Amino acid sequence: MLGTSQNAHKEELMEQAAIQGRSLWDDARTRLMRNRAAVTSFILLSIITVLAIAGPWVWPHEYDHVYKLNVGKAPTTEQWFVFGTDSQGRDLFVRLLYGLRVSLAVGVVATFVSLVIGVIWGATAGYIGGKVDELMMRIVDTLYAMPFIFFVIILMVVFKDFTTGKPALNILLIFVAIGAVEWLTMARIVRGQTIALKGKEFIEAAEAAGVRPFTIIRRHIVPNVLGPVVVYVTLTIPSVILAESFLSFLGLGVQEPLTSLGKLIASGAQDMETMPWTLMFPAIAMMVTLFCFNFIGDGLRDAIDPKDR
Amino acid sequence: MFGFLLRRLFVAIPTVFLIITLAFFLMRAAPGSPFDLERPIPEAIKARLAAKFHLDKPITIQFGYYLKDLSKGDLGPSMKYKDKTVSNIIAEGFPVSATLGLSAITLAVIIGSLLGGFAALRQNQSGDYAVMGLAMTGISIPPFVTGPVMALIFGLYLGWLPTAGLDRGQITFTHLLLPVITLALPQIAIISRLMRASMIETLRSNYIRTAYAKGLPSYAVVIRHALRAAVLPLISYLGPATAALLTGSIVVEQIFALPGIGRQFVMGALQRDYTVVMGVVILYATLIIVLNLVADLLYGFLDPKVRYD
Repeated sequence: MLGTSQNAHKEELMEQAAIQGRSLWDDARTRLMRNRAAVTSFILLSIITVLAIAGPWVWPHEYDHVYKLNVGKAPTTEQWFVFGTDSQGRDLFVRLLYGLRVSLAVGVVATFVSLVIGVIWGATAGYIGGKVDELMMRIVDTLYAMPFIFFVIILMVVFKDFTTGKPALNILLIFVAIGAVEWLTMARIVRGQTIALKGKEFIEAAEAAGVRPFTIIRRHIVPNVLGPVVVYVTLTIPSVILAESFLSFLGLGVQEPLTSLGKLIASGAQDMETMPWTLMFPAIAMMVTLFCFNFIGDGLRDAIDPKDR
Repeated sequence: MFGFLLRRLFVAIPTVFLIITLAFFLMRAAPGSPFDLERPIPEAIKARLAAKFHLDKPITIQFGYYLKDLSKGDLGPSMKYKDKTVSNIIAEGFPVSATLGLSAITLAVIIGSLLGGFAALRQNQSGDYAVMGLAMTGISIPPFVTGPVMALIFGLYLGWLPTAGLDRGQITFTHLLLPVITLALPQIAIISRLMRASMIETLRSNYIRTAYAKGLPSYAVVIRHALRAAVLPLISYLGPATAALLTGSIVVEQIFALPGIGRQFVMGALQRDYTVVMGVVILYATLIIVLNLVADLLYGFLDPKVRYD
């Protein structure tokens, strides 16, 4: 008798040991995993990314090779022209992969630029406060009122001759131009979060322990504002991809023979009457990519801050 | 209220000045000049033209000349079109762009808030999912895809609507229908998402419960009580939205070959028509500032908690 009750007690203890405290992040992850649209998007986006990076290595065609005898060929399995060729006789599938590569790279890098500037700016302004905060946020407000797309266009025009024939420099300029535009909202979000954090006990404890302000920002503020920042990042990437495509559509973005989704769509739109596939495939690729990012961003937001659901 | 207006104006002046300065020096930093033509003109004539527009003087002096003219409300002559001033060019293009933008934003606000409200009232039901799915599609398909595709379907295949330009310079309903829809679609999507989120939050507040408790029919609760609070985030979105519309309208004007100022801006930037570029930038900057101010005032009018003092 005694044995069984001891066993029962033991089991009870083990059960208690099995119950672990769940952090907010664990909850968020569970909610995110339950969001089928977000999970599907994540898998799909991973596949697209791997294809964009590795696809051109194994594909039998080069992105800038002109097949003079196969101009404007409709999609066919013959010679592996599965997405057809464009008006200059280049394989559309491999061009699409290259376009995805460029668009994704622009999206990620330009967002990263905006992330770094925005987080540093916002956290500093919010943490120091007072006159410094007022000045820094006034600068953000002023920049907000600018018709930014005009400045990006002017920038691209100014440096166009300068970067012709230097694709790396040209892409770098796009990164900087777009990244420099997108950091404003990030700075505002981070500042708001920082101000909310500033009054918390653990910051006060760090201050009392004599930690230097910059270290507090780096070690205590930045990790704690990451939630909303991550959400905003996933929503910034698609808007950056759109911005780049928009520039390329106007002929101010990536230059030939290199390509991006926007550039492919622009040339597809010109040939759509005779070669509808040159518009269709890039347009679908763009849509799917943006869909994925938006679904992931929405999923993350609902997971971290589930009040809307 | 008056003090608030005055303060905003006080901030707006340095902002506009900064924008003018930045645009001026950036544009001059671009290689090439407005007189580089396909068929080169003699150096002597070029020099005389440059002298006429003060382009032979140091750049700071040129800036001084520009500001002096500007203070008299003179945007200067176009450097590309001999017998036109910048004011002429803007007067030609602005009505087209303004009609396009205003129609698009009106359409977007009406349809977007209806859809968003509908989705909020059917939260997590099939109607909600359908609307939000549509909204996600609207965000993920860029205007430079919807534009050409709609032109292809309704213009070329069905032949219902014209696909490009205006009716001998006249703005007509049929010529603007496709551009307006193209421009409005992403905005409809964004506005319906905003509206849904804020409506859901409003419907959970205490005063809505009180309104139901005192026996009001649900349409009265929604229209009389919830709507007023729910449109607030929408109002503050309208300021930035106009900026987004301006950007979008550059693309839409390009796709549908509409002679608006967005198109003139891109042309001007590419052809180094300095004064036209400056004129359009100044116009848009002023518009954005004014519309943001209007949005703020409207906000205060609708939200009794906001006081301008």
